[in-house]
Amino acid sequence: MTSETAVVARPKPGRRRRSVPGGGGLWRYLLIRFLLIIPTVFILVTLVFFLMRSTGDPITAALGGRLSGPQLAERIAAAGYDRPLMVQYLEYLGQILRADFGRTISDNRPVTEVLFTYGAATLELAFYALVVAFIVGIPLGMLAAYFRDRAPDAFLRVFAILCYATPVFFAGLILKLVFAVGLKVLPVAGRASTGAELQIQFLPNKTGIYLIDAIATGNQAVVNDVLLHAVLPGVTLGLLTAGVFLRLVRTNLIGTLGTDYVDSARSRGVSELRLVRTHAYRPALIPIITVMGLQIALLLGGAVLTETTFEWKGLGFQLAQYLQARDFVAVQGIVVLLAVVVALTNFLVDVIAAIIDPRVRY
Amino acid sequence: MRRIPILAQMRASVGLQRSMLLIGLVLTSVYVLTAIFAPLIAPYGFAQLRSDGVPFGAQQAPSATHLWGTTVGGYDVLSRVIWGAQTAILTVIVSVVLAIFAGIFLGLVSGYFGGWLDRILVLVCDAVYAFPSLLLAIVMSIALSGGQSSLWGGILAASISITVVFIPQYFRVIRAETVRIKSEAYIESAQVIGTRAPRIMARHVLRNATRTLPLILTLNSSEALLTLAGLGFLGFGIEPTAAAEWGYDLNKAISDVTSGIWWTSVYPGLAIVLTVLGITLVGESLNDLADPRLRGRRAAADGVPQAPATPASDVQVVSAGKEQEVVN
Repeated sequence: MTSETAVVARPKPGRRRRSVPGGGGLWRYLLIRFLLIIPTVFILVTLVFFLMRSTGDPITAALGGRLSGPQLAERIAAAGYDRPLMVQYLEYLGQILRADFGRTISDNRPVTEVLFTYGAATLELAFYALVVAFIVGIPLGMLAAYFRDRAPDAFLRVFAILCYATPVFFAGLILKLVFAVGLKVLPVAGRASTGAELQIQFLPNKTGIYLIDAIATGNQAVVNDVLLHAVLPGVTLGLLTAGVFLRLVRTNLIGTLGTDYVDSARSRGVSELRLVRTHAYRPALIPIITVMGLQIALLLGGAVLTETTFEWKGLGFQLAQYLQARDFVAVQGIVVLLAVVVALTNFLVDVIAAIIDPRVRY
Repeated sequence: MRRIPILAQMRASVGLQRSMLLIGLVLTSVYVLTAIFAPLIAPYGFAQLRSDGVPFGAQQAPSATHLWGTTVGGYDVLSRVIWGAQTAILTVIVSVVLAIFAGIFLGLVSGYFGGWLDRILVLVCDAVYAFPSLLLAIVMSIALSGGQSSLWGGILAASISITVVFIPQYFRVIRAETVRIKSEAYIESAQVIGTRAPRIMARHVLRNATRTLPLILTLNSSEALLTLAGLGFLGFGIEPTAAAEWGYDLNKAISDVTSGIWWTSVYPGLAIVLTVLGITLVGESLNDLADPRLRGRRAAADGVPQAPATPASDVQVVSAGKEQEVVN
C-alpha cells in the first residue's frame, strides 16, 4: 500500500501537500463531482426528449387509429404539441425543474404520481436483489480467489458467467416453472396475495414498500405472504448482479493477493484463509464499490424485465404497459426519472470511494 | 485478422483456461453455423403455420412431427429457434460494426484534436454510458420505428439502438489510447514533416490504438444478443411474421409457463443462454490471457520464468496495462 501511494504522490508533491492538511481536497472534489451531475442529467433529458419526438407527437402515437383527423388535431392543439419543437422543449425543461412530468395519455394520471406509486415497488425489488447479490456474490468470489485455478474456482467462474449469460426473464421463467408451477412452494406472480394486498391497502400511512407496510399491519401472516412473493423476483434479479460481484471480488482479490504486503504477511506465517479475509479484502473493496455504481444501471434495466416476468407492479412493469399502449409521455417520465436515479447513485458511489481511498480525490 | 490472435491465445493458454476457451469456441461455431445454414436445417419456415394444408395447432407437446412442440401462436418451436440464430447474428454484426466505426471515428477525432469538441463528446458519452442500456435501446427503437418493425426495419432498429449503447465504450478506449499515442515521439515527427492530420490518425494512431478491440468486441456481441432479446421480450423487437426472434417468443411463453407448458420457453431461452455463454467464454478467456495478473500460472508450472514468448503475447501484455489506465 505504502509503495503504491508513494508512486502516485511523487509527480505532484505540491498539489498533494496543499490539499491534505486543510481537508479541503475532499470537499472540493465532492462539490465538483456533484456539479457534474447537472450536465449529465441535462444531456440525458435532452437526448430522450428529441429522440422520443422524432417520430411525431405523443397523441398521434397513442390514439392515432382511434380518433378521426379533426378530433386528433384538436387534442394535439389542446396539449400544445403543434407548437415548434424548441418551444415545447424549453417548456418541458421548465416543467421538469418543477418536478412536473405532465399527464399520461392512456389513463390521464399525473406522471409524478405514477412515479411515486410504482417507484416504491421497484426500490423494494432492487433492495431484495442487492441483498441476494451480496450474500451470494461476495463470499463465493472470495472462495473462488482462495481456490484459484482449482476445481471450485472453475465451477464458480462458470456459474458467474452463466448468471450473466442467462437473460433475467428466462431465469425468472425457469425458476417459476420449477418452484411455482412444478413444486408449488412459491407464488407464481405478484407482490402479495389478494387478502394480504387488501390489508395493506387499508393502512392509513402507506409507504408503498410492502415489507414495511406488512410489518405495520402487525399481522405475521401478511409479512410471510409478502416475503414469499419476493423470493423468486429477488433471486432472479439478484443472481444477475451476483455473477458480476463474484467475478469482481475474485479478480480484485487475486490482484491484491499478489502484492508485496500480502507476501510479507504470508512470510510471517499468516494463514492463507486469513490473508484473504483480512489483508487482501479491504483494498479489493474499492474497485468493487466503484463498479457497483455501474451495476445500478444494470440492476434497473434488469428490474424492468424481472417485473414484467413476475407481474411485479413497479416502474418496469408499468413501463412495459405504457410502451404497449404507446403512451410516450409516461415512458419519457419513467426513463428520465431512472436516469436521474442512476446519476445520483453514481455520485454517491464516488463519494464513498473518495472517503475510503484518499487517492481518488485528485 | 481476428482468427490469428485467437490461435495465438489457444497456444498460450493452459488447463482450465484452455478448456474454457475451447468450449466457448465450439458453442460460438455451432451458433454461427446454425445461423448460416438455418434454411437447410430448419424443418419449417419461421412463420409457417401449416404443412400440406394441415394446421400445426397451438401449444402442441413435442412429438415426431414437431420435435420441440409448437407455440401458442401455432409456430414450430424448433424452426423458430433455428431461424432465431440468423436474426440474432445479423443484429450482432450490424450493431457491432456500426458501433466500431462510429466509436473509432469519434474517439480518434476527439482524442487527437482535443479542445471543446473533446470535452462535449466525453460528457455526452459518459452520460450515455451510465444509462441503463435497455432503456436507451427502447427510446432509440421508438425513435427509429415507433416500436413497430419489419425484418430489416426491426433488425436495423435493434442494431442501431444497441449501437448507441456501445459507441461510448469504443469511444472511451480509442480516445484514451489516442491521447496517449499522440504525445509519442513518432507522431510529433510526422507532424514536423508536415503530414496531414487525417493521415496521421489513420496510419499512426489508429493502428496502435486498436489492440484492445477484440476483447470488447466479444463482450459486446453477447451484450447485443441480450439487449435484442430484452427488446423482444418487452414486445419491441421484430414481428413474428417478419423474422424469428428468441426474446419475442419468450414473451409469448410467459402465460404458457403458468399452465405448465415448458417447451415454448425452455428452448428459445436455452438458445440465448448457450450462445451468450459461448461468446462470453471466448471473450473472458481472451481477457484473462491478456491480463498478466489473471493468466494461468504456466511459468510456475513449467518451472521456467517465461518471458513473453510470441510477439502476439507481448502485444497482449502491453495492451493489458493500457486497459487498466482506461479503467482508472
